[in-house]
Amino acid sequence: MTLAVAKLRPGRLRLRRRHPAAVVASAGFLVVVALAGLLAPLLAPHDPDTTSLLNSLAPPGTEGHLLGTDSTGRDVLSRVMYGARLSLLAPLGVVALSLVLGTALGLLAARAGGWADAVISRGMDVVFAFPGLLLAILASAVTGPGLTAPVCALAVAYTPFIGRIVRSAAVQEGARPYLEASRVLGYGEVSVTLRHLLPNILPVLVAQSALAFGYALVDLASLSYLGLGVRPPAADWGSMISQAQSAILQGSPWSGLVPGVAVLLTVIAVNVLGGHLGGTIARKQDT
Amino acid sequence: MRSFAVHCGRRVLGAAATVLVASAAVYGSLRLMPGDPVLAVSGASRLSPDQIEALRQRYGLDQGVVTGYLDWLGHALRLDLGTSLSFQTEVGTLVSARLGVSGLLIAYAAILALVLGLGTALVSAVRGGLADRIATAAAAVATATPSFVAAIILLAVFAVGLGWFPATGAGSGFADRLWHLTLPAVAMAIAVFGVLARVGHAALRAELDREHVEAARGRGVGGAALIARHVVRNALAPLVTVIGVMVASLFVGTAVVETAFGLDGVGSLLITAVSRRDFPVVQGIALIAVLLFVVVNTVVDLVLPLLDPRTARGVKA
Repeated sequence: MTLAVAKLRPGRLRLRRRHPAAVVASAGFLVVVALAGLLAPLLAPHDPDTTSLLNSLAPPGTEGHLLGTDSTGRDVLSRVMYGARLSLLAPLGVVALSLVLGTALGLLAARAGGWADAVISRGMDVVFAFPGLLLAILASAVTGPGLTAPVCALAVAYTPFIGRIVRSAAVQEGARPYLEASRVLGYGEVSVTLRHLLPNILPVLVAQSALAFGYALVDLASLSYLGLGVRPPAADWGSMISQAQSAILQGSPWSGLVPGVAVLLTVIAVNVLGGHLGGTIARKQDT
Repeated sequence: MRSFAVHCGRRVLGAAATVLVASAAVYGSLRLMPGDPVLAVSGASRLSPDQIEALRQRYGLDQGVVTGYLDWLGHALRLDLGTSLSFQTEVGTLVSARLGVSGLLIAYAAILALVLGLGTALVSAVRGGLADRIATAAAAVATATPSFVAAIILLAVFAVGLGWFPATGAGSGFADRLWHLTLPAVAMAIAVFGVLARVGHAALRAELDREHVEAARGRGVGGAALIARHVVRNALAPLVTVIGVMVASLFVGTAVVETAFGLDGVGSLLITAVSRRDFPVVQGIALIAVLLFVVVNTVVDLVLPLLDPRTARGVKA
């Protein structure tokens, strides 16, 4: 049965197609980072929180510490692996929330039209104009350090990112004959929206979500770097860099550079994938 | 011309409404802080109930949220942003003393990003070939570089490793200050440079491929005149929108970069105030930030019809 479906829809067998090397490398890197975070308890060579003052600020390549140790002698490789968990999960939460909010508001604006559309669109324009990081900082000011409030604030900040795309795609798709046809067939508005409209704008949503994930990752890491994000002993890449600041000024930059490069490479990989998805969609729509 | 006047009027009214709504949200959300902010700030120092009541009165905490907001807004309109809880100084004084450093930093970073970003876009779009591919890759990496990651790399390499630039402080005197602010400005400018190089490239490339450029070439317009009058002139409108968003992001970027380089500016003051739960300072700086964003956005909206008259009539380019 599955075989038959696959034969009927050759487009589903995406993996067979050749992708640019940068895209393959980015996807591979993200899989490795995600697995490193997921399997950190199994793979990490050391406990991430065990300090050893005799062994502090060891350079990378030191016996037993592949990426060196930080200023309190904690193993940098183990900490980066454990840090990947919060560093990736929190922006994932932001994207999930803004996907729900943005899709709901975008579809509502497109389908309802009139003043509801005007209010939602103008509201999204206003939110879009404010940098997410400022909203996250203010959220942290309200609740104190921690990730919950900043994640919610960033979800609101990135809602227009999803919502505007959904709205314009829904307006475009809404004019197409197949939607009119399903309406004539007697399907309700909600059913038409969920069953026909949403699947058709899904690729755009995925591409836009990838970009939003990258932005949210940077915002949350910045917040933790500023000491307003994760609360110790929990750690993400941003707070690791923040703790390495004085070591950097003393000439031992490794414990800060390693998580810094982790942030950088992850964001590059996410952007490459998002850009590739967006580009593929654009080409498909052209033809 | 009449449509332009109507457009201006609507934008300015919209901007005023946005400031009102956003400032109400800022004030209201900070009033929702759990716990008594006066107690949170005074912390260990034991205050008598009378003193606490006096403080609550002074910061308008004894009023309801709505009257408190109107009172706060009224004072803010007279440039009185209240008194800091932790510095015991006027918020206006605290901010204006730090405005010089932050303003220079933003201007420095904006100039670096604009000149290098648009320059790269121009060279890569017009030249093509290898230069184009190198520029595209560099822009992709730069776009993904968070300012604090750029900051620690610059600190490790150019301040500590090579010793070419100071690691902290803002210096004194104009030349010394520029020297001190160079690494922070570069850290802030990198991501903006990447975005401008990429968007600029796309905008210029789109114009270069259009028929009117081909027609101008056919008429014998060539070289710099073709690029300046036919390509850049038409690519400006989409670029101005992006430049507006990027300049707004630089305002917030100061919070991260000033903290990373130990600069005493408005951005680092905001972070200090948030961590000390000094809400009059947070409210004051948030209000200034809201004003700046709305001003930048309104200026962009007003400039766009001058570059492309179709936007004022609501026609998409």
